[in-house]
Amino acid sequence: MSTTAAAHGLLTLAAGEPIDRIPAPHIEYAQLAPTLIVVGAAVLGVLVEAFVPRRSRYYVQVFLAVAALASAFAAVVGLAAGGYGGDKAHIAAMGAVAVDGPALFLQGIILLSAIVAVFTFAERRLDPAAHGNRVDSFAAQAASVPGSESEKAAVKAGFTTTEVFPLALFAVAGMLIFPAADDLLTLFVALEVFSLPLYLLCAVARRQRLMSQEAAVKYFLLGAFSSAFLLFGIALVYGYAGSVSYAAIADVVDGTVTKIDPALADTMGNDALLLIGGALILTGLLFKVGAVPFHMWTPDVYQGAPTPVTGFMAAATKVAAFGALLRLLYVVLPGLRWDWRPVMWGVAILTMLAGAVIAVTQTDVKRLLAYSSIAHAGFILAGVIATSAQGVQSVLFYLGAYSFVTIGAFAVVTLVRDAGGEATHLSKWAGLGRRSPLTAAVFAVFLLAFAGIPLTSGFAGKFAVFKAAAEGGAGVLVVVGVISSAIAAFFYIRVIVLMFFSEPKADGPTVAVPSPLTMTTIAVGVAVTLVLGVAPQYFLDLAGQASTFVR
Amino acid sequence: MSFPLLTVTAALPAVGAVLTAAVPAARRTAAKWLALLFSLATLALAVLVAVRFEPGGARYQLTESRAWIADFGVRYELGVDGIGVALIALTALLIPFIILAGWHDADPLENKSQRWRPTQGFFALILMVEAMVIISFEATDVFLFYIFFEAMLIPMYFLIGGFGDRATSSRSAAAAAGGTDENAAAQRSYAAVKFLLYNLVGGLIMLAAVIGLYVVAGNFSLQEITAARAAGTLDMATNTERLLFLGFFFAFAVKAPLWPLHTWLPNAMGEATAPVAVLITAVVDKVGTFAMLRFCLGLFPDASKWATPAILVLALISIVYGALVAVGQRDIKRLVAYASISHFGFIIMGIFAMTSQGQSGATLYMVNHGISTAALMLVAGFLISRRGSRLIADYGGVQKVAPVLAGTFLIGGLATLSLPGLAPFVSEFLVLVGTFARYPVIGIIATIGIVLAALYTLVLYQRTMTGPVKEEVRTMQDLRLREVLVVAPLIVLLIGLGVYPKPLTQIINPAVEHTLSDVHEKDPKPQVAVEAKNGEAAK
Repeated sequence: MSTTAAAHGLLTLAAGEPIDRIPAPHIEYAQLAPTLIVVGAAVLGVLVEAFVPRRSRYYVQVFLAVAALASAFAAVVGLAAGGYGGDKAHIAAMGAVAVDGPALFLQGIILLSAIVAVFTFAERRLDPAAHGNRVDSFAAQAASVPGSESEKAAVKAGFTTTEVFPLALFAVAGMLIFPAADDLLTLFVALEVFSLPLYLLCAVARRQRLMSQEAAVKYFLLGAFSSAFLLFGIALVYGYAGSVSYAAIADVVDGTVTKIDPALADTMGNDALLLIGGALILTGLLFKVGAVPFHMWTPDVYQGAPTPVTGFMAAATKVAAFGALLRLLYVVLPGLRWDWRPVMWGVAILTMLAGAVIAVTQTDVKRLLAYSSIAHAGFILAGVIATSAQGVQSVLFYLGAYSFVTIGAFAVVTLVRDAGGEATHLSKWAGLGRRSPLTAAVFAVFLLAFAGIPLTSGFAGKFAVFKAAAEGGAGVLVVVGVISSAIAAFFYIRVIVLMFFSEPKADGPTVAVPSPLTMTTIAVGVAVTLVLGVAPQYFLDLAGQASTFVR
Repeated sequence: MSFPLLTVTAALPAVGAVLTAAVPAARRTAAKWLALLFSLATLALAVLVAVRFEPGGARYQLTESRAWIADFGVRYELGVDGIGVALIALTALLIPFIILAGWHDADPLENKSQRWRPTQGFFALILMVEAMVIISFEATDVFLFYIFFEAMLIPMYFLIGGFGDRATSSRSAAAAAGGTDENAAAQRSYAAVKFLLYNLVGGLIMLAAVIGLYVVAGNFSLQEITAARAAGTLDMATNTERLLFLGFFFAFAVKAPLWPLHTWLPNAMGEATAPVAVLITAVVDKVGTFAMLRFCLGLFPDASKWATPAILVLALISIVYGALVAVGQRDIKRLVAYASISHFGFIIMGIFAMTSQGQSGATLYMVNHGISTAALMLVAGFLISRRGSRLIADYGGVQKVAPVLAGTFLIGGLATLSLPGLAPFVSEFLVLVGTFARYPVIGIIATIGIVLAALYTLVLYQRTMTGPVKEEVRTMQDLRLREVLVVAPLIVLLIGLGVYPKPLTQIINPAVEHTLSDVHEKDPKPQVAVEAKNGEAAK
């Protein structure tokens, strides 16, 4: 204590100011509670790995993760009920984090989908027990070389990678900040906080470990690449506006800035800095949402990663990244609307068409879903481009609807297994509807929702974004969207044909009976899909109330 | 709020579908009876709708209106006009016969798996289609209509792709060839996918138009938009209206189907079992022609008139082309399918002739075509199930071994060729008169369709029923009691409505007057009034 006081004394002497003038950072802990709870639990999870006996780690970790996510969700609900989604929305933590409607709505979706995703992480009944120990989808010991003696020893000893739970919590914490970040540095830090755990999670599959590790390396390299883009863009925009704060940049972009110092006056006329910087930042974000032409990583990573991780990533990353994209375009760059809209038009059209067309040729369920997620990113972009409150509302709704369909669909993929683990090749799904009608019917519901058939959440979401786009004057996007929906419908239907109208093969896969955990995940997915399809009004209202950004 | 009769009428078969699907695997027969019971109860409700409906009253009756998705401007609005009442009655009437005719169509060949329950699924899907079709006839909110118009594709798709002709597959199973069985399954799944893709693409294009309509009009209420159009408070740019019209019409023309978007129908009807084929052509496709009347004309009157010449030509091509191709068919079910394409040409021609006779005739035609095709196709299905072949050449002399079957087949055929005295004659005559009044040349050319209809039905009858008895036909059984129960009421209806169509026309005519006033059309001055009068008196 005394040493710090001495250090302060030295500093104040040098600055020549009294000690009480140094402003302590003002943090609104209550308003940041959702993130803080998750980070705290993640740190606790690391300690659990260190100190709790291996035997009971799994239970402690699962409990900790679910409890943390659930209480964080309760905190989000509490904040929203307290008016922080509307009148009391403001920017907390010294201008770093926004607490407003879109942020709270997206945090709620991320937390809920993380809870159901953690259920699939914790599933231990699908694989046959190894040496009398129940195993999950993750490697016994991720650090041991695939096929090595140490791996065999780890499997024999019944090790499991319970680290996945704290890793997932760290990722969730980053995702919670990402759509709420209100300055570019926070944005970047949040990006790294959720990306790094995801790279690791991709690498720890129990089966086909080499493929999993390859996926992780690809994801890491391309992810690092996009981070560099983002960071470079941030630097250029800072150079232009002299600030990383969203509000300050927006003022300079709009030309409403009041206090112009000589340095700013010198740079703010340089549009090249702004345009190139803005484009680079957008590139980094579009990479995360998986938009064409920055989508190359998606199929490989989705295919190689452990399926529960794929489901989590496909849902939550997309939500967080679209949240950040929305905030950037609606808060920071509305003044550049006429510059970015044509570009985003092009990206949206390319994404919708390429995702749908390439998906037609896929033969692996996970790759198919990966390309379908690209096409969906295109549909969501159509809503983003609307630049209206309806646009935000429709994107928020779509993200909520899409997350649960995705997690549910990947959860079903984990059930269909043969001797080599999950049977993801489409030919193996032939006749599934005759062997296990219920599983096939559930998967068909998810596929119909992806295809946007009425009475599913997919239709309500698609209708919402297309309507917003049409009202925003982007009728062409609607027509392209409708065409690519038709193309996309073809391959979803093909899977349904395969499941229901083909004869089952003699050596076909079996459907494992999951524990109540995965069942819950799938049941929640189906329930949300149908409820949002038939009676979306309540959730549209919610999204509508949450559609105003604080600035 | 009064009793929501329309909602209940549509919901009852849906409830029946869920209950039927939930019947345990071993209780197949119970599932069938349950489905039949629900379809009959729905028929009773449909009759109640028809009784409660006052022909001279307001345009839309028994209306219901509830908030649904306010953010989309969507309300849950139901209401029926005379056209809707007639088609709901047709749907509710045909479903029990379809269920009864398909009684054994979905029995599992052998007990492959305890959990695979095709029988329950088959009847549940039929009831689900019924529910969705009925609500499509009731919806007066464009969005609500669209949802069920699209959603009914899914159960239809499973009905076509999942259930083939028992006879053909069992024959090949008997031949122990496996290969042909797989081939049949592949063709069936091809037909199902073709059906789905055609209709889905149509539906998605309509979706773009539905969104466009919302952008222009701000809500989806058919009554509000029609009223605003009539009062001139809602202006649409000419091009916008035409594009939106085309978006809607395309979807309905695929569904109806109109040449050149018809090619899915022969595949679907050929591969599906006879009762499902009837469900497609007699029930589901009617939604397409019904929607042309209700939505295309009501929402886009000017564009409808603009497109009329082109549509009439396409309808004419459908009439002649469908009939010509039917003459050349070797497959009984495909023949009926092409005949249906020809008939849908007549219906669409009647709608777009924009005369009261034409549109009344078209509506009547929808009902009569449903009954006559059901009669012909279901008997054809019984015939096919006995011999295990769909090829005309495999039959001959059936009337000597199975006279009742042959007789009912003949009556179904004669109804299809619109023999005077049977119901379809009245409607076909009205359509032709209505068209002739405004477009004499087209009316005259369309009569070729009648001549060709006589050709394909009579040749079909001659080749299958008359002549020397073929070896394989020699042991053919006549109709069983269940089958007679299916056919007899349909034939009674065909004769009854042929002699006395007034109960139907009484309901339909006021509705048609409203539709005509939507497009600001009046009947043209009668140039051939004397003949028309005589014609009506003659029937």
